[in-house]
Amino acid sequence: MKTLKIEDLSKNFGSTEVLKKINLEIDEGNFLVLLGPSGCGKSTLLNIIAGLETINEGNVYIDDYNVSKVEPKDRNIAMVFQSYALYPSMNVKENMIFGLKQAKTSKEKIEEQLKKVSSFLQVDSLLERKPSQLSGGQRQRVAIGRALVREPRIFLFDEPLSNLDAKLRVEMRREIKKLHQQLKTTVVYVTHDQTEAMSLGTKIAIMNHGVIQQNDTPENIYNKPSNTFVADFIGSPSMNLIKGNLKQNSDNISFIAEGSNLEIPIKHYDFKNKSELSNNEVYFGIRPEHIYFKKLNEDDLEINLRADLSEYIGHEQIVTFNFSNQEILAKFPSTINVELNKETKLYVDLTQVSLFDSKNEERI
Amino acid sequence: MLKWLEKNLPKIVMAPAVGLIGWFVYGFVLWTLYISFTNSKILPKYELWGVGQYTKLWASRKWLIAVDNLLIFTALFLIFCVVIGIILAIFLDQKIRAEGLLRTIYLYPMALSFIVTGTAWKWILNPTLGIQKLFIDWGFENFTFDWLVNREMAIYTIVIAGVWQSAGFVMALFLAGLRSVEDEIVKAAKIDGASLFTVYWKILLPMMRPVFFTSFVILVHISIKSYDLIVALTQGGPGISTTMPALYMTQTAFHKSQVGLSAASAMMMFMAVAAVIIPYLYSELRRENAR
Amino acid sequence: MQGSLQSSSYKKLEQKSKYTNIFLRWFLYFVLILFASYFIFPLYVMIVTSLKTMEEIRQGTLLTWPSALNFESWGVAWGGRGYGAGDTYLKPYFWNSIKMVVPAVFFSTFIGAMAGYVLTKWRFKGDKWVFLFLLFGCFIPYQAILLPMARTLGVLGISNSVIGLVLVHTVYGIPFTTLFFRNFYVSIPSELVKAARIDGAGFFKIFFKILLPISTPIIVVTVIWQFTQIWNDFLFGSTFSFGEAAPIQVALNNMVLSSTSVKEYNVDMASAIIAGIPTLIVYVLAGKYFIRGLTSGAVKG
Repeated sequence: MKTLKIEDLSKNFGSTEVLKKINLEIDEGNFLVLLGPSGCGKSTLLNIIAGLETINEGNVYIDDYNVSKVEPKDRNIAMVFQSYALYPSMNVKENMIFGLKQAKTSKEKIEEQLKKVSSFLQVDSLLERKPSQLSGGQRQRVAIGRALVREPRIFLFDEPLSNLDAKLRVEMRREIKKLHQQLKTTVVYVTHDQTEAMSLGTKIAIMNHGVIQQNDTPENIYNKPSNTFVADFIGSPSMNLIKGNLKQNSDNISFIAEGSNLEIPIKHYDFKNKSELSNNEVYFGIRPEHIYFKKLNEDDLEINLRADLSEYIGHEQIVTFNFSNQEILAKFPSTINVELNKETKLYVDLTQVSLFDSKNEERI
Repeated sequence: MLKWLEKNLPKIVMAPAVGLIGWFVYGFVLWTLYISFTNSKILPKYELWGVGQYTKLWASRKWLIAVDNLLIFTALFLIFCVVIGIILAIFLDQKIRAEGLLRTIYLYPMALSFIVTGTAWKWILNPTLGIQKLFIDWGFENFTFDWLVNREMAIYTIVIAGVWQSAGFVMALFLAGLRSVEDEIVKAAKIDGASLFTVYWKILLPMMRPVFFTSFVILVHISIKSYDLIVALTQGGPGISTTMPALYMTQTAFHKSQVGLSAASAMMMFMAVAAVIIPYLYSELRRENAR
Repeated sequence: MQGSLQSSSYKKLEQKSKYTNIFLRWFLYFVLILFASYFIFPLYVMIVTSLKTMEEIRQGTLLTWPSALNFESWGVAWGGRGYGAGDTYLKPYFWNSIKMVVPAVFFSTFIGAMAGYVLTKWRFKGDKWVFLFLLFGCFIPYQAILLPMARTLGVLGISNSVIGLVLVHTVYGIPFTTLFFRNFYVSIPSELVKAARIDGAGFFKIFFKILLPISTPIIVVTVIWQFTQIWNDFLFGSTFSFGEAAPIQVALNNMVLSSTSVKEYNVDMASAIIAGIPTLIVYVLAGKYFIRGLTSGAVKG
C-alpha cells in the first residue's frame, strides 16, 4: 500500500500546461521534497494533493483510495502554508482546534489533543494570544501545531520557511526534521531551497516545467543527476559542464573537451548502456568541490589551468579557471593561496564524473 | 533672497491650498459658529446673544422631527446598505460568471446624482401610475402603495432610494476587502473542514472589521449630509414629515431668513459629523503610522 | 482521528459535495440576478417612460414596452417646445454645467497634485499636520459653510454666476484631490526624486518631467472623481445660483417640480437621463478608475 500515489496527472490553467503526466509514489513515513524553480508546478501539485485544486487528467490515491474528487477535509491531510495562514481573528488555541471543531470532535478529545500538541511544540504559554502578537517563529510553530492536532495521514508543507530570516530558518529546519523523526508521518514538502531539500528529504523530486526531472534519494540526486537540469540546479556553485566528445577505442573511453587535445580517461563511470553510445557529443560534468589542489586519490587527473578570478566567501573560496576557453569553477579551502593569471596544477576526481548526452541532455 | 526662495519653494507652493482651506473651511466654520451665538435674522448681526438659537432650535417641532427622521433614516440606511453590500460582495466572490457586468450594474447608481435618482424614484413610487398600478394590472386589485404621500411612510421611500444608490458602494468596499485576504487562509480553512458559510462567518467577516468601520463612517456621513435626495423625492413633505437636518438648515437660512437659527442647526450637524469622523481619522492615522 | 475511509464512503462524500454545489450555484445566481434587477429597474423604467407618449403612460404600466421609439420628449427636454415664457429646457443649463465643471476640475486637480507632491517628496516639519488640516476638509458638512460662502460670493460680486460655482467647487475639491495625489505619490519611491536632485533637477522640473508623466492613472482617477462630484452637485448649485446661471441638476429639479400644467413624466424622465448621461458614460467607459476613486477617496469622504 502506497500512502500517496499520483497517476498520470495533468493540469492546465487555460492553455498553459502546468503539470504534464506526473507519476509519483510515496511510501509510509517518507519525507518527500518537491524541489524546483518558481513556476515549475510544485505548489500546484501540492494543492492538488490537498484537494484545493481540481485535476484535468489523472488520479490521486491516498492509501489506495482514489480521492481525486474528494473534498480537502475528507482526505485526512493537513497543510502548513508559507504565510502560515493563521486566522487573524482567532487566538492560538482557537486556531489550533478549529479543524477538530469542524469535524465535531468531542470536547474531551479536543482538549487532550490541544494539550498534547501545544506542550510538544512548546506553545502552551501562547494559547490566548492573537497571531498578530506572535513572532515569525512562533507563528510557524502554531501553524505546525494546527496541522498536528488533526493527526493526519499526510503532512503537506508549502514553502513553510521562506518567510523567516536566515538564522531562524536553519533553526526551524532542524525542528521539522526532529518532528519527522519522532512522528514518522508521511510528509510532502515544497521548497525552492536546495539546502532545505537536501537536509530534510528522504526523497527529493526535482521539477521543472511541470515535469518531474528526477525522483530519488538526496545522495543520488547530488551524485548521479539524471540530466543537465538537475546537475545545474543542485549544488552551489553548480556542476561544471564541459562540452566535448567521447572517443572510444577498444575498451577504453576517453573525453576530449572542445578546443583541447587533452584526453581525459573515463574509468570509473557507470554507463547506463555502454554499447549504445549513439551520440559522441557530450557534456562532461564535474562539481567544483571535486577539483582538488592536492592529489587525493590514485586516479586523480592532473591538469594545468589558468586561474582568472577568486571569490572569497569565508571558510572557502571559489576560483574560476580557464579550460580551453570554457569556464571551470573549483572550490578550495580559503587557506590555500591561488595566484591569479598563472597556470595552476589541479587534480580532477575522476570517480565523481557525470556524463550527459549533448542533444537530449540526459545522463548516459 | 533667491536662496531663501529656493529653500522655501515647497512651502510657498503649498500655501494656496492651505490658505484656501484655512479660509474657506476653518474660517467659515468659525464664522458660522460665531453667528450661531448671535440673533441674526436676514443679515448677520455681530453682537453676541448667547445660546438662544440653540434653545430655540431644540424647542422647534420641525427640528425634532428632522432629528427623528435622521435617526430612522441612518439606522435603516446603514443596516440595509451593509447587509445587501455584504451579501452581494460574498456572492460575487464565488468565481461568478459575468462578475464584471454584475458589478457594473450594482454600482452604476453611484455615478448618478441624487436629483436624477430622486426623479426616477419619485415616478416609480407615485401612487397613481407607478408601482401601485403595476401590481393592480398584475391582478392584485386592492394593492395600494402610497408611501410617497403618506406622512407615516414617506421617510421609508427615502430609505429605498438611498439604499438603491449606496448599497453597491458598500459591496465594492467589501469585495475589495475580501479580495485582499490571502488565499492561503481560505485554503487552510477548507482543509480544516470549514463550510463556505463558516469560512465567511467565522474567519473572513471578522477580518473585515476595518471595512465595517469604514462603511459605517461613510454611510453615516452620507446620511447626515443627505439633502438632494429629499429635495428631489419629497421636498420634506408631505407637510414636514420627511424633513432632515440638512434640509432644515437651508430652508431656515434661505427661505425663512433665520440666519442665526440655521447657523445653530449647521453647527449641530457639524458636531455630529465630527463625532464620527475624528475617531475614524485618529484610527486611520494610527494604522498608517504603524505601517 | 478517523483512520482511512472506506471507498464507498468516499463515493458518498463525492456525491454529496456535488449536489450541494449545484444547488448553491443556482441559489447564488438567483440572488445575484434578483438584486441586479432591483438595481437596473429604475434605469429601465426611466428609459422606457421617456420613449412613451403620455397616453401610453396612462394606459400601460411602468414595465410596458413603448409601442414605438418616440424621441419627442427627449427633444422637448433638451430644446423646449419653442414658445417663449415658461418654456424650460435643459440645453443652456447643460452648457452652464460644462463651463463650471471643466475649469473647476482642472484647477482643483492641479492644486491637489502640487500639494500631494510637496507633502510626500519635499517633506517639512509638521507636514503630517498640514495633511490632516487639509484632509478634514473632506468631511465637513457643507451646511456649516453655506452662510459665509453666500456672503463672500456676494462681496466678491460673483454670486449667482458660473465663476462663483467654479471657485466653490475648486476650493472644496482640494482636500480630495490632495488626498488622491498624496496617497499615490507616497507609493512612488523617493529615490526617484533623490536621483533627479543629484542630476541637478529643481523643484518644478522634477514635478513636471518626472512625477507628472507617471501620474496618468491617478490623474484619471482624480479627474473622474471631481467631474462626477461637481456635475452631480445640487447643494452648492441650488444655494449659490438660480435662474439662468444654474447648473443642470438645479434645472432638472426645477423642471420636475414646476407644476404649471399636467405632469409630463416622459419629459421628466428624458430630462433625468440627459442630466445623468455624462457621468454614466464616464462610469461605463472608465469604471475601473471610477471605482478606484470611490474606494480610496470616498473612503475618506
